[in-house]
Amino acid sequence: MSDLLSVQDLHVTFVTPDRTVHAVNGVSFSVKRGETLGILGESGSGKSVTLRSILKLHPEHRTRWSGSIKLEGDEVLSMTGGALADLRGNRVSMIFQEPATAFDPVFTIGHQIAETIKRHTGKSESDAWKRAKELLELARIPSPAQRLKAYPHEMSGGMRQRAMIALALSCNPSLLLADEPTTALDATVQIQVLLLIRELQRELDLGVIFVTHDIGVAVEVSDRIGVMYAGKLVELGGVEQMVDAPRHPYTRGLLASTVHGGMRGQRLEAIPGAPPDLAEVPAACSFAPRCKYAEAQCLAAPPPLTAATEGHLVRCVGRIDRAISGHLAGNARTHIVDRTGHIPPG
Amino acid sequence: MDTVMKDRGGPAQPLLLARDLRKHFPIPGGLLGRATRVVRAVDDLSLSVEKGETLGVVGESGCGKSTVARLLMRLLKPDRGTMVLDGDPVDEPHGITVNELRRQVQMVFQDSYASLNPRLTIVETLAFAPKAHGLPAAEARARSRDLLAKVGLDPNSFADRYPHELSGGQRQRVNIARALALRPRLVILDEAVSALDKSVEAQVLNMLVDLKNEFGLTYVFISHDLNVVQYLSDRVMVMYLGKIVEIGSVDAIYGDPQHPYTQALLSARPSMDPRKRTREAPIQGDPPNPIDPPSGCRFRTRCPFAEDVCAKAEPLLNASGAQEVACHMRIRGSGHTKAP
Repeated sequence: MSDLLSVQDLHVTFVTPDRTVHAVNGVSFSVKRGETLGILGESGSGKSVTLRSILKLHPEHRTRWSGSIKLEGDEVLSMTGGALADLRGNRVSMIFQEPATAFDPVFTIGHQIAETIKRHTGKSESDAWKRAKELLELARIPSPAQRLKAYPHEMSGGMRQRAMIALALSCNPSLLLADEPTTALDATVQIQVLLLIRELQRELDLGVIFVTHDIGVAVEVSDRIGVMYAGKLVELGGVEQMVDAPRHPYTRGLLASTVHGGMRGQRLEAIPGAPPDLAEVPAACSFAPRCKYAEAQCLAAPPPLTAATEGHLVRCVGRIDRAISGHLAGNARTHIVDRTGHIPPG
Repeated sequence: MDTVMKDRGGPAQPLLLARDLRKHFPIPGGLLGRATRVVRAVDDLSLSVEKGETLGVVGESGCGKSTVARLLMRLLKPDRGTMVLDGDPVDEPHGITVNELRRQVQMVFQDSYASLNPRLTIVETLAFAPKAHGLPAAEARARSRDLLAKVGLDPNSFADRYPHELSGGQRQRVNIARALALRPRLVILDEAVSALDKSVEAQVLNMLVDLKNEFGLTYVFISHDLNVVQYLSDRVMVMYLGKIVEIGSVDAIYGDPQHPYTQALLSARPSMDPRKRTREAPIQGDPPNPIDPPSGCRFRTRCPFAEDVCAKAEPLLNASGAQEVACHMRIRGSGHTKAP
């Protein structure tokens, strides 16, 4: 199957009179229809910048893009005007962390969804409202006819995020971009929205890129996971490969420093230090200053992204020499035991 | 002021006892701005904090966990209820004043930037409270530099910086140092690590464990992150819409949760194993609005086991297993078909 989206050597630089930020420094990946790619990273890793670049959402006059983003063969980075407007919403749509700010507070949910449908498909007013109601049903919103008439502030956080998803799907996009869509939600609501995204992705055969800082969330929704650090993908692989056998020291550090059941009383393996400032293009491995395995060659040149095993890419020169460290595998096992110990709901 | 507060009642006496705390926030909007409705943030809640323990508090937004924190520090005045700090009633004749309470109970907030004064250097921030409580300026500054070292920030490079020059993790270390500046006995951590990245969160959690041992502290640790609460706490209190639904040792709550809400919260955690993904959400809907909480058991509108009795009578906390649970299914003769 051919790729729905193909990103090649993407660089994104923000330039202001005071400073320059090299937010994304050579990211390549692809997404197929019916596949969910999770992008995991901490604040400032460039995960959201990468995602927003797919819709060219950054301010044109302050952003420098290079590389290539191809959606079904069409180059996104060279799109302007009508083609870009057609891309946004019709072919690719996005859901955000804060559904409260993504909706206009003075119009009803139904009005906003119907308006989008009319703008992109040219449907009549009544057809657009009919479609809006179907979309709310699709997003599993109870009593959709009444909800169409609700204003955003009249809905709970979880309901607003469902409405946001309905809006995003209104023009049958082939690619859905999700930027931390469940981070602001309560735990019992987060899982409902994650399951909804997973179901809709399957039903509609969508490609999904799901950006998050939460490993558990990424594991719940993703087929493949990419880990970003300092504007680069440092590791990319299938979800099971990433959880069972993480190769990059940063990925391992993230897994080890994430608290989960069965770690009580143990000292956490924190990654020392903090991510680098991105004022300069990294001239070496960006993680080397925090890496306990760093060697001279790590500081000599940026490491390339190479295949460790089939479909598992790692940006680390030391990866082949190191056996997978025992403590990590051990932690993953304790957690599995802990999860099965749960009392099943209902 | 300079001495560490002495333990008075011995180890068996709770450090802090709160009884029947209630806080309702009126919503103006009626005729002439009169309040017609109230947010029932905390409703007749009693708890004790034992000496040297970490009490974890979990719950979703609107459950009142932050209001509890603010009541315990008296940043909010309770509508009713009493508090006793190591045998001394708070804000009562023959008891201690609110000022004395606040010297022994300190707090760290979620937003590390908003809780620091942007115009004060780090050392000025840390020395502020000790000076206000009568410590000579030079001594207060010396203590501040010691504290900076204790939270892992080199005093020589950080003492004279301003908050905006620090990263989020560094600022939160400063906030923790400031909370310790008055040598408190109890520290309330209200989502104190929630805004930090995972790798930084782990650093701060390790530090919290070290500081607790070194200074003999007691923590109340409030968080929405069940995994972090499990890691740090000795006992855990689960709240829903202003009420405690379950409270007990961390092993009892996580190993054998008895309240349907606790069970749902725990199974709503994302799985870390791609082969054991969550198939079905444990409960549907969002937490209801605390303005008009449901009658009887407040969880009944989302509870898969709700029966008539749940709407009629409010379940009180009742010993069940190793913990206390507020659920009609765990109360003998409550009228629920699943009751023992």
